[in-house]
Amino acid sequence: MNLISSIVTLSLIYATPIIVTALGGIYSERSGVVNIALEGIMMVGAFVAAAFTPLNEAALGAWTPWIAILLGSLAGGLFSLIHAFASVDLRSNQVISGTALNMLAAGFTIYMCQIIFNMQRTQTFNRGFVKSNVPVFSQIPIIGDLFFKRMYYTFYLAIALVLITAFILKRTRFGLRLKACGEHPSAVDSVGISVRKMRYIGVLISGLLAGLSGGIMVLTQATQFTAGSIHGVGFISLAALIFGRWNAFGVLGAGIFFGFSQIFSIFSRDIPFLSKVPTEIFSALPYILTILAMLLFSRKSVGPKAAGEPYDVSKR
Amino acid sequence: MEQYVVEMRGITKRFPGIIANDQVTLQLKKGEIHALLGENGAGKSTLMSVLFGFYQPEEGEIYVRGEKVEIKSPNVAHELGIGMVHQHFQLIDTFTVVENIILGDEPGGALVDYAKARQEVIDLSQQYGLNVNPDAKIEDISVGMQQRVEILKVLYRKADIIILDEPTAVLTPQEIDELIGIMKNFAAEGKSVILITHKLKEIMAVADRVSVLRQGKYIGTVDVASSSEEQLAEMMVGRKVSFAVEKGPANPGEDVLVIKDLWVKDQRGIDALEGLNLHLRRGEILGIAGVDGNGQQELVEAITGLRKVESGQILLSGEDIVSHPIRSRMEGGIAYIPEDRQRRGLVMDFRLDENLALKTYNKEPLSHGFLLDHEAIKEKAKEIIGLFDVRSSEGTETIVRNMSGGNQQKAIIGREVDLDPLVMIASQPTRGLDVGAIEYIHKRLIELRDDQKAVLLVSFELDEIMSVSDRINVIYHGRITGDVKPEETTTQELGLMMSGSKEGPLV
Repeated sequence: MNLISSIVTLSLIYATPIIVTALGGIYSERSGVVNIALEGIMMVGAFVAAAFTPLNEAALGAWTPWIAILLGSLAGGLFSLIHAFASVDLRSNQVISGTALNMLAAGFTIYMCQIIFNMQRTQTFNRGFVKSNVPVFSQIPIIGDLFFKRMYYTFYLAIALVLITAFILKRTRFGLRLKACGEHPSAVDSVGISVRKMRYIGVLISGLLAGLSGGIMVLTQATQFTAGSIHGVGFISLAALIFGRWNAFGVLGAGIFFGFSQIFSIFSRDIPFLSKVPTEIFSALPYILTILAMLLFSRKSVGPKAAGEPYDVSKR
Repeated sequence: MEQYVVEMRGITKRFPGIIANDQVTLQLKKGEIHALLGENGAGKSTLMSVLFGFYQPEEGEIYVRGEKVEIKSPNVAHELGIGMVHQHFQLIDTFTVVENIILGDEPGGALVDYAKARQEVIDLSQQYGLNVNPDAKIEDISVGMQQRVEILKVLYRKADIIILDEPTAVLTPQEIDELIGIMKNFAAEGKSVILITHKLKEIMAVADRVSVLRQGKYIGTVDVASSSEEQLAEMMVGRKVSFAVEKGPANPGEDVLVIKDLWVKDQRGIDALEGLNLHLRRGEILGIAGVDGNGQQELVEAITGLRKVESGQILLSGEDIVSHPIRSRMEGGIAYIPEDRQRRGLVMDFRLDENLALKTYNKEPLSHGFLLDHEAIKEKAKEIIGLFDVRSSEGTETIVRNMSGGNQQKAIIGREVDLDPLVMIASQPTRGLDVGAIEYIHKRLIELRDDQKAVLLVSFELDEIMSVSDRINVIYHGRITGDVKPEETTTQELGLMMSGSKEGPLV
């Protein structure tokens, strides 16, 4: 029972950044812009959050990580505007623009580390997020053990974001228009809605969420930011986005699945019949599962029709 | 002076290289149905895009209800009460009917009031007799219903000037009659309708007045009542046009293409052909009539080898070719005029001579071993260009993209006829072409027939099917549901068979 509850709890903790980033992907892709820069945006968010924390934790105390992820989110949003400009205004190839941003983020964050901290990583921080037992809820038998003990509050933030996203897409005017932009932009244009504006907003929200997620990831899973801090979680989030069929609850499920696959290697040692398999196999598992999931599901899951296509008014 | 609801004066719109509208005038009266007639590329759509705010004209003025306006975007057009039913539906497949109608003008504030929206849509559809299912997704409803959704979109925005862009192109004859009724309703209510079309019959049936454009220029406006189809055609084309397709009686020989119990799936893996049977004889033109999406494309692709066959037989001169590769079908005598000449028929950025050699480049005399003989290719191209009157600016060296649609199509037909085929598969061979080019292509198909070749003609234009075919098969839901002779049937009867409400005799 103890083993199971810690597997569940850790899965959810590792799933948190995947879910939040993939939610960001929903906003961008539903508006019609493919955003493979999510990885790079997470790096920027993680760097900003991890750089802010050691410099301010003495003054700000327990509020530090919350302010840090907020700043990480804003930085991610700002960074994503480069992608919005390239793909919406310049109508450039969105995959190339995203790749460029990923490369830029990798170089830029380490360069800034060198300038601020004189090394290729940020200074270690003490006040990352801390695991805590949720009052009242943690007392519930079984459910309390699984979901409310030794958990980061950021997980509940992710759940709240899932609910908000689902609501926005289903019930609001903004959601209806956003989805329409990703399916048939000229139809949106013909009823007098600016496709450009909607796509900018879509990409911006994806940047805010991916930046937030990068901050959450570094402040829950590490003690400093390094070049390997994000290690492909942005790309795994893209897989979760497709696996979750571009909707909020799908992304929640896919995120938990990939979160579980990430922590599986830690526990494989404790499970007798798996302990003989080299742990490297399990460390590779999340990536192997990602590839498998893409192979199995990508053909069947149909995304927004116009995603990836610049909207060109003159081709109407 | 008479008051016009819309008056466009001296509109000029230029695009790089062409003048799409050259000093065009259009005057629309309140409560009239005004047709805008012209061939493809005459500038009808451009003019309407100017009125709808998609394009800004370089010169000219627009008056709406007597006041000068500048229509800078579709939003301005909406505010002026101008609505447009686009030729290519501006509908989102994965949205419901209600969602599509309200998009951009949603009731409620930031939260959409879907209950109210749904009720409004139901009320409107009842008021105008436009039957739609408010909760159905667009991808699941018929093209006719999709068009009614487009019309409801316009009505929902309270438009009283309604532009319909080629609205009948995708409809069955019955649906066209319904649409004509709807348009007359609008006019009776005091709404003004602009009908963009190149079909003379519809204009005679529904319009009060008609304005004609030709090559971007305004030719004139006439009252339909005091005009005739011949007169309008002459205004549109600029010369006398013969409508009747001249052909002698067919002299069919033995079966050359026989299809037995053919099953084929479409892109989505759904059965598109469900046990289709047909036979095609030497020396006849078999017309396949049907509404788009009933398996025509899959049938053509199955015969030419572009699509996998699930089960059944395709016998070419008695030999089953179902598992044969495309090239051996071609060499076995199947030629193909594809429905989408730009995507399938031609390599748009190649030269004309290269395009004409696409099917024979690998054989003597066009190549020797693995080397192409460019001189021979050029000679061959010149021969085809001469025989089929393919016109282009730089002869064999013209990049095909720069040629007109009619000449592109002539090039394809020349290439295919030159193969000396047994069977010619002509899939919508006149789509998007003007009257002159259509006349020419029909003549060529009939020549092939007289030469004892077999022609399979797939078309959504019933008039074309009726006038060119020697025999007509109606396709509905992936099966042939009727086998009739054009002189023994009517478009009405065909229409009923095409919509599945009637089955014809089967031979």
